[in-house]
Amino acid sequence: MTVTTPGAGTPATQPLDGINVSVDGIEVNVPKGTLVIRVAEQLGVAVPRFCDHPLLDPVAACRMCLVEIEGQPKPQPACAITVTEGMKVRTQLTSEIADQAQKGVMEFLLINHPLDCPICDKGGECPLQNQAMANGRGETRFDGVKRTFPKPINVSAQILLDRERCVSCARCTRFAEQIAGDPFIDLLERGAKQQVGIGDDTPFDSYFSGNTIQICPVGALTSAKYRFRSRPFDLVSTPTICEHCASGCSLRTDVRRSTVLRRQAWDNPDVNEEWNCDKGRFAFGYQADGRIEHPLVRDESGELVAASWPEAIAIAAEGLKAAGSRSAVFTGGRLTVEDAYSYAKFARVVLGTDNIDFRSRTATAEEADFLAAHVAGRFDGPSYADLEAAPVVLLVDFEPEDESPIVFLRLRKASRHGVRVASIAPFASSGLTKLKGSLISAGPGQQPALIASLTDNVAASDSAQTATLLREQGSVILVGERAAQTPGTLAAVADLARTTGAKLAWIPRRAGERGALDAGALPGLLPGGRPLDNDQARVQVAGEWGIEIDQLPPVGLSLTEVVSTVHADNSALASAADPTKVERSITALLIAGVEAGDLEDPASFLMAVDSVPFVVSLEQRHSDVTQRADVVLPVAAAAEKAGAFTNWEGRTQTFGQVLRDALTMSDSRVLAMIATVAGSQFGRGDIAEIRSEFRRIGPWSGNHTHMSDVGSVDTIELSSGEALVSTWRPLLDRGVLQEGDPYLAATARPVEARLSRATADAVGATEFVVVSTDNGSIELPVTITQMPDGVIWLPTNSEGSSLRVELGIGQGSVVRLSGGAA
Amino acid sequence: MPLTPILTAHWDDEDSHTLTGYRRHGGYDMVAVTLNSNPDDVINLVKESGLRGRGGAGFPTGMKWSFVPQNDGKPHYLVVNADESEPGACKDIPLMMANPHALIEGCILASYAIRANHAFIYIRGEVPHVIRRVAAAAREAYSAGLLGKNIQGSGFDLDLVVHAGAGAYICGEETALLDSLEGRRGQPRLKPPFPAVAGLYASPTVINNVETIANIPTIVRNGADWFKQFGTEKSPGFKLFAVSGHVERPGIYEAPLGTTMRELLDYAGGVRKGHELKFWIPGGSSVPMLMPEHLDTPLTYEDMGALGTMLGTGTPMVFDETTSVVRAISRWIHFYKHESCGKCTPCREGTFWLDQILERFENGTAAETDIEKVDEICKQIAGRSFCALGDAASTPYAPALRYFREEFLAGTHTPANQLFDPVASTVFTGAMA
Amino acid sequence: MSLTDQTIVDARECAARYPDSRSALLPLLHLVQSAEGTVTSDGIALCADVLGLTTAEVAGVATFYTMYKRHKVGRYHVGVCTNTLCAVLGGDAIWDALSERLGVGHDEVTADGTISLERIECQAACTHAPVMTANWEFLDDMDVPRALEVVEKLRAGEPVMSTRGPRIGTFQEIERSLAGFDDGLANEGGKDVRMLAGLDYAKQHGMSAPAGPAHSPLSVAKTEG
Repeated sequence: MTVTTPGAGTPATQPLDGINVSVDGIEVNVPKGTLVIRVAEQLGVAVPRFCDHPLLDPVAACRMCLVEIEGQPKPQPACAITVTEGMKVRTQLTSEIADQAQKGVMEFLLINHPLDCPICDKGGECPLQNQAMANGRGETRFDGVKRTFPKPINVSAQILLDRERCVSCARCTRFAEQIAGDPFIDLLERGAKQQVGIGDDTPFDSYFSGNTIQICPVGALTSAKYRFRSRPFDLVSTPTICEHCASGCSLRTDVRRSTVLRRQAWDNPDVNEEWNCDKGRFAFGYQADGRIEHPLVRDESGELVAASWPEAIAIAAEGLKAAGSRSAVFTGGRLTVEDAYSYAKFARVVLGTDNIDFRSRTATAEEADFLAAHVAGRFDGPSYADLEAAPVVLLVDFEPEDESPIVFLRLRKASRHGVRVASIAPFASSGLTKLKGSLISAGPGQQPALIASLTDNVAASDSAQTATLLREQGSVILVGERAAQTPGTLAAVADLARTTGAKLAWIPRRAGERGALDAGALPGLLPGGRPLDNDQARVQVAGEWGIEIDQLPPVGLSLTEVVSTVHADNSALASAADPTKVERSITALLIAGVEAGDLEDPASFLMAVDSVPFVVSLEQRHSDVTQRADVVLPVAAAAEKAGAFTNWEGRTQTFGQVLRDALTMSDSRVLAMIATVAGSQFGRGDIAEIRSEFRRIGPWSGNHTHMSDVGSVDTIELSSGEALVSTWRPLLDRGVLQEGDPYLAATARPVEARLSRATADAVGATEFVVVSTDNGSIELPVTITQMPDGVIWLPTNSEGSSLRVELGIGQGSVVRLSGGAA
Repeated sequence: MPLTPILTAHWDDEDSHTLTGYRRHGGYDMVAVTLNSNPDDVINLVKESGLRGRGGAGFPTGMKWSFVPQNDGKPHYLVVNADESEPGACKDIPLMMANPHALIEGCILASYAIRANHAFIYIRGEVPHVIRRVAAAAREAYSAGLLGKNIQGSGFDLDLVVHAGAGAYICGEETALLDSLEGRRGQPRLKPPFPAVAGLYASPTVINNVETIANIPTIVRNGADWFKQFGTEKSPGFKLFAVSGHVERPGIYEAPLGTTMRELLDYAGGVRKGHELKFWIPGGSSVPMLMPEHLDTPLTYEDMGALGTMLGTGTPMVFDETTSVVRAISRWIHFYKHESCGKCTPCREGTFWLDQILERFENGTAAETDIEKVDEICKQIAGRSFCALGDAASTPYAPALRYFREEFLAGTHTPANQLFDPVASTVFTGAMA
Repeated sequence: MSLTDQTIVDARECAARYPDSRSALLPLLHLVQSAEGTVTSDGIALCADVLGLTTAEVAGVATFYTMYKRHKVGRYHVGVCTNTLCAVLGGDAIWDALSERLGVGHDEVTADGTISLERIECQAACTHAPVMTANWEFLDDMDVPRALEVVEKLRAGEPVMSTRGPRIGTFQEIERSLAGFDDGLANEGGKDVRMLAGLDYAKQHGMSAPAGPAHSPLSVAKTEG
């Protein structure tokens, strides 16, 4: 935009190709299609408004933004008028008519609005208050009876509605319908009784419902979590990055007296625009309650007791040093980039091992290969913007609404502008339907073949169009972390991308996974995606770490391989004639935030942790791992440290420390203390130091590894009454980071099993199904779904459906089905 | 000016509402003629006739039809606005009762002109018998091959849906009607885009009033010149004037535009015996009232506009001296408050507020400051609301205040029904046989 | 009556009349109202199900329009227009009389469930003021004695003819016709003096419109073209 002040020197010599308009006498040139209200904003003129929102289609309902436009007999809503050549606009600053019109509308808004400010959450950050002061009259002339409603009512377990406060701007209902695709709230009634409401017994359980609270310009929508908790002027705000999924949302975290009270979405046009999901917004109670407060060590009787930091660090250092290269490091997928880097360095420099793995979920060698070859240290994949411009976006083993909600929102925005979405999945989820997506139906195990058919362009007619569009410039493939669960899928996807030229992105479920990968927390990978067995790479990293090249260990083991090794050790010990002569291959474990229940075989993992002689746990909350550890060291939660997360795009975004007087230390600092006591050169664990070291190492510019041949899926013969399991984790489930937030939990989707009609009929499970394995059984209500026969879909870790822990199963497992009681 | 029964010419036939009755007088003859001609010729004919929309806005019909883009590849729709709910307006309902086939023939001709293969008649829900009649007429037309596929072998298909509303005056606003017809809350839409470009289902749509469409067969049969002999240059044609209120013979009087209210009053037997005209309204309640001195102004769009009011629906209401103006205004404002859709602040909150104050006037408990306050509230609504309902709601008060200020002043101390006995204004004694 | 499988069949038939099925929502709400006498949660859920909408969206529509009732109305739902013209011409007096006789007010039902009252808005029958309706059928040119008589007859279950329509059926029957299901009563009733006032006057005084040309200009154009 260009501004020329009248009479100030020579005018521009080049003709500008936008539209010339004047606002309050100031002449500007703006792009075609700009709304008058946006022009005014850019000039610093705040035309008051309620229903207008830059990310929602204009409705011109509130009439607060009325301005005078020369040639128009009536004042016009600035939010709905696009500029025309020569338009002369006068806002309330220079037009009496506009000013009186706005004051009039404000007076009307206040006649039925209750004087709730003293008890209303919004007070102090309220657009109605602010604009009433700026654009209203001081006194009201209303002396009648206000219309009232009983208040408040729940539109969901989390969201409360005070109907009297509502100014009918409809931002919330428009957001729900346009952006989220979840029209579970709508305007009800007519006239002055108009109110926002829900259908009977159908609460506003949308994953994005919290955004309506943030965009509500009054205090009509509030959250149960924050209601009555604070005044905005008591809050100290810090821009942060969300620690939950890999979308990379910018947040604003608000604190009062060392307690995080609220998180809101922050403006990041390239990533989350102005939205976030309810998990990112509300799930932070886990940081407050149930924290480990002191270091813990085992006393003589074997009980975990509190110890001082020096004592605990000394024991940890001694044990880890003694184990040396016979140790393994499991970092989990929730570390910041800096912390992950610290573990990666600690493993190689202090322990001398390459046994390090960040994957606390189903993970395979194929996946490690794939990540090393196609993801680690690579920053040329698609971005959010690319999603909006793609001819087609193909989803493989990826359910965006559950696994990366902001990707879902961007896809939905794209789909409303003609971008096609196709998904290789067992059934068309509600998320896919909201994207107007087409399903490429795949039961468990069928993915590689279907992907290959797209690669070879011999796809069945319904996916032929997808195969064609993938070959067009700008197409995108998004593959989820679940692809690792079906051998051959990742290799097939890599093939498809290479053949069609489509851009490929891998989207894990956790915020720390991509960063951990880039930091080198995977066997065979050094920071920046460097292959460990590449000489040049070794030179670069060793140099930076101040060690000799031959001090770098050989390629190590993944988590799965470590667990197998420990079990092999156990077997060897059990069967040895003289156990004292048998040496364990793994004698120590260093474990960060890993939840046993997330792994493929939790029982096997825990048995391994039990068996390993020395275990050090750096954790925030007690878990199955801390109970088995020899030393437990409490570490900082996300709000207690500065750091960065790298999202699925490869975009690294930093955040500051929210709780400035937190006494906890980051993993990096704790590791630095252990390293110092162990006598290793490591650094201080200082974030600036880590960042500059990591930056100096930088991404690998050499050749990445290639994927080696991968196995294929065994075809499984099902007996009668059996089915294959298809599973993933809904956004809201029993994840550890959602603990302590009951309101959020109450908005989760109903826990249910999905079966095709034929499968359900065959076992008499049209209403309820009993799913059994040798480990146990669960019973769930059934939703008949159009999906392949012989397949049952179950949520992985929800209430009443905890597949790994209760049944010992996962994706592709065989289960027995029978009908349940009504 | 004489009365000119044209649309009403055969309403007294016992079977005027049936296909047989309609055909007896040449009904549906224009279908074959029209379907055999060029659709653009039909549009030009209607343009030339100068027919203006009879729903109240008076927009030139032919021009509206010509806004529909041609060869755009989208389906086009004709929607008939039969939501007649304006207080005082009662001409479309009788037309649909007495001669629904005129409307249907008009639909066929209009749809052909705008290249629509789907037409909808949106009838307010509170008139089930009208809906029955129109639906029955549609069924007859289908059976006779006048609707459906390949009408009379012309290759032109037309599906007609008779659709009942459910009680909302705002659905008479054309874009609110479209939203209602799409199965939504009847709230008006932002324009642009205009319905001719993006209307029903985001496709080009023409919305016309019942009486407007009913005029089409007559115009096609008799031509533009014949049509223009009635009325004035700016307001050609004739009108169903529904005269109601304190007159001897309330009813439908079909006459050329340009007829005066004095003439209409005369036809209707004058103000009821023993009473005097106090005020009258040329259209429905949404237009400013007029006084006895205005009786000789021609009832045309332009002449009414020059007086500062509007012809609107052309259904004059007549009130004699037994009427309390305060009571009248109060009821109308109550109506607008009840019917306000709620979308925009000025109308939603403003009518709510006005209703409370006017009630005080009616009860004799208003404050003196209320007189100016109401005026200012009306000014804060008019021209600032999303649609014309806000304008309509804020229109009646100012002229009423100008002409009858003393009644509003009296409303600060005396209830209206003490000043004007409600019994005296009833017409029970004059009930028809 | 209640919602049955037939209701769903009828609902789908309604939906099929329109290029976009959501357009059928208003008739569908009349349909479920005809089945249950009021629009209930179940009725809303049925509409949502048939049309693929959320219950919130359907509730938004159901609560916008005044003809959809939240609780059961009487067997005969009686409306008295109290908009300005009718009120002034006698509607207020009729309302007061009926309200007193029946002992109910606006939107209330008599204890025996036969009659409910509503202050209705302009019925587009102003030439017939004061206007009443019973189950929305016309009751034109009313006065207090006739209004009371009509209401008493309805209460007693005696047949009452609409002034310009058929014999007045039950609320649920009429709601079904509003949903678009023909009840065969279109030929009943008819015109009256008010509608024919102008025509009668013109005929009595020899007024008529001048005739037009022999042929339509469109057929002339065709011949010439």
